[in-house]
Amino acid sequence: MNNSLVVALIASGVAYGTPLLFGALGELLAERSGVLNLGVEGMMLVGAVMGFWTVQRVHGGSALALVLAIVVAAVAGTAMAAIHAFLVITLRASQIVSGLALTIFAGAAGLSSYLGNDLNLSGLPASHAFHPVFPNSMQSWPIVGPIVFGQNPLVYASWVCVIAVAFYLARTRPGLNLRAVGEAPGAADAMGIDVVKYRYAHTLAGGAFAGIAGATVTLAITPQWVSGITGGAGWIAIALVIFAFWRPELCLVGAYFFGAMQALAPELQARNISLGPTELWTNSLPYAATVIVLVVVSSRGARRRLGAPAALGVPYVREEA
Amino acid sequence: MRVTVERRLRQPRWLAVAVPAGSLVFAFGVAAIVLVATGHDPVSSYRQLFDAAFVSTGSLDQTLIAATPLAFTGLAAAAAFRMRIFNIGAEGQLYMGAITGAAAGLYLGGRGGPSAFVIAAMVVAGCAGGAAWASISGVFRAFFGTSEILTSLMLNYVAGYVLTYLIFQSESYWRQTKGFNATVFPTGKPLPSSAVWPGLTVHAQGGIVLPLGAGLAVLAAVVLWALYRRTRFGFEVQVLGDSAGAARYAGVRTRRKILAVMAISGAIAGLGGVSQDGDFRHALDGDPNGLQKQAYGYSGIVVAALGRYNPFAVVLIAFLIGGLDNAGNTLQGADFPSGLVGVIQGIILFSALGGELLVRHRVRVVRRASAVAAAPPAAAPEASP
Repeated sequence: MNNSLVVALIASGVAYGTPLLFGALGELLAERSGVLNLGVEGMMLVGAVMGFWTVQRVHGGSALALVLAIVVAAVAGTAMAAIHAFLVITLRASQIVSGLALTIFAGAAGLSSYLGNDLNLSGLPASHAFHPVFPNSMQSWPIVGPIVFGQNPLVYASWVCVIAVAFYLARTRPGLNLRAVGEAPGAADAMGIDVVKYRYAHTLAGGAFAGIAGATVTLAITPQWVSGITGGAGWIAIALVIFAFWRPELCLVGAYFFGAMQALAPELQARNISLGPTELWTNSLPYAATVIVLVVVSSRGARRRLGAPAALGVPYVREEA
Repeated sequence: MRVTVERRLRQPRWLAVAVPAGSLVFAFGVAAIVLVATGHDPVSSYRQLFDAAFVSTGSLDQTLIAATPLAFTGLAAAAAFRMRIFNIGAEGQLYMGAITGAAAGLYLGGRGGPSAFVIAAMVVAGCAGGAAWASISGVFRAFFGTSEILTSLMLNYVAGYVLTYLIFQSESYWRQTKGFNATVFPTGKPLPSSAVWPGLTVHAQGGIVLPLGAGLAVLAAVVLWALYRRTRFGFEVQVLGDSAGAARYAGVRTRRKILAVMAISGAIAGLGGVSQDGDFRHALDGDPNGLQKQAYGYSGIVVAALGRYNPFAVVLIAFLIGGLDNAGNTLQGADFPSGLVGVIQGIILFSALGGELLVRHRVRVVRRASAVAAAPPAAAPEASP
């Protein structure tokens, strides 16, 4: 039963969906503060390469190396997000162009590739990688074995993050302030909330999540570094925030749905199943599905009702508000 | 003492030139810091870069080859971004133009029509292919309000898979199926000679070929400029870009404009694709490590932003960035860091964006509430990442 296509798809959907989930949670925090960051792909790639570099260079226990790698990836992602934050919050540059610039700067033909070549990381297997933590006997339980117990620690960490972000947004003072900043920065400012500080903090937090998302790819899913390894996952993460109507718990559902779509190509290949031009449609499916779902959720006027932060993409200037 | 930023009432003209120029200088400065930090010598790296781009034998020829597609994708981005339609699908639209253009060239060229007719048909087919692909995002944006940023980007990946499929995973019309080479490595069917675009050879630096595509790019820039500056359509598009509300009250048909702008943008990108077939590759290039590795569509955004969406500036910037790309490709190897060109392009874009603040705003250093001293704009802090 555990070898059936459906169970295998869900299990790998969870694994492939985890970087999407981390990326989407980070983007959600930034967007809730009113900052759209289209640089997720670039931040993920820099996190991916720096995380991979860390495990190759740290001599010591596997656990130490991996924890350190996640920290380094988060810091690298934060550093990338800081560029975007400075440009759009302090210098009031166009959020769309700045985010694109970040992806070009950090992305597949930019900094991440430069670092990967300069640090001689290409083509090597990872010295340490995340593996499933539960005993084999539990992993072979029917259905829940592969789906729940066959995952690596980052998957469980992402579940904790979803709960933490949901709790933060709904039940804590800073979380409520954050929502005020994203919806009505003028009113939030009048209440004594520091709009600039909140926007910086959450854009940077978004970068940290994106960095971890990248490290998930190079340390858990395909433990190696190849230039441009994320293959557009950062963009799917941005789209996910829209499908999830800016709610963390729905990000989880969406991430696994798209994870399963990404898993379809390798799973069908492993089973020698072919249906027409298999490579073409299985490879294109995650991207085509993203377009279709976006169209469905973005019918005219629905965005606002579904929870898009009202001040998303609008710079806040006290004198001009 | 604190720094305040206030809106300019009038934007001085000289800043429109000084800011992009300053951005270039600043970007090379920051990239030099990156080079030093990673143990490279910036002076020698930059000298190699400049030589390989513009000076050494055959370099200008190669720079034109790299610059021509960037001029098309830059113009495609400029045509859309100017109206705040963020078409970042030039990459996929270029592939589609390459596919439809190659089909026209193979079919009509194979039947032995006159070369001028075949080439004209290829141009039309390439524009149509790019415009059709862009219109998918255009329709979704116009009728459902779906973000064209995400849909056009997703369609880039789909177009890339279609391109690979046509040459590598099927026995399509575009694929070379006869001959020894075809069994060793999949390639596109070579275009008949009447479908190969002519170039104008200039006798300098060991022969520079001005590709027909480069001429078409300049022509496209002129047409775009005239369309946006000299027609009612262009005026309405600009009003719509500046204020959607005002345009609606003035009776501008918003949906039609969105559809038209996306189609124009896609057509220019598609023209870039068919120029790849006719000018340079002489077949449809479906190799994932060939045309798709060049990322012309994404670099086009850098070109457009740096040219501040002015068509003529875009063509000029495409030449400079094309030189940078060409040098990056030529020099890629042991002693020249790869990825450096992307880093420099990114920093150029960041500083151009930060510099926009100086165009639109005046930065002042305020000592106390009463004593106000105006700082000259040039001394204001540049955008530093």
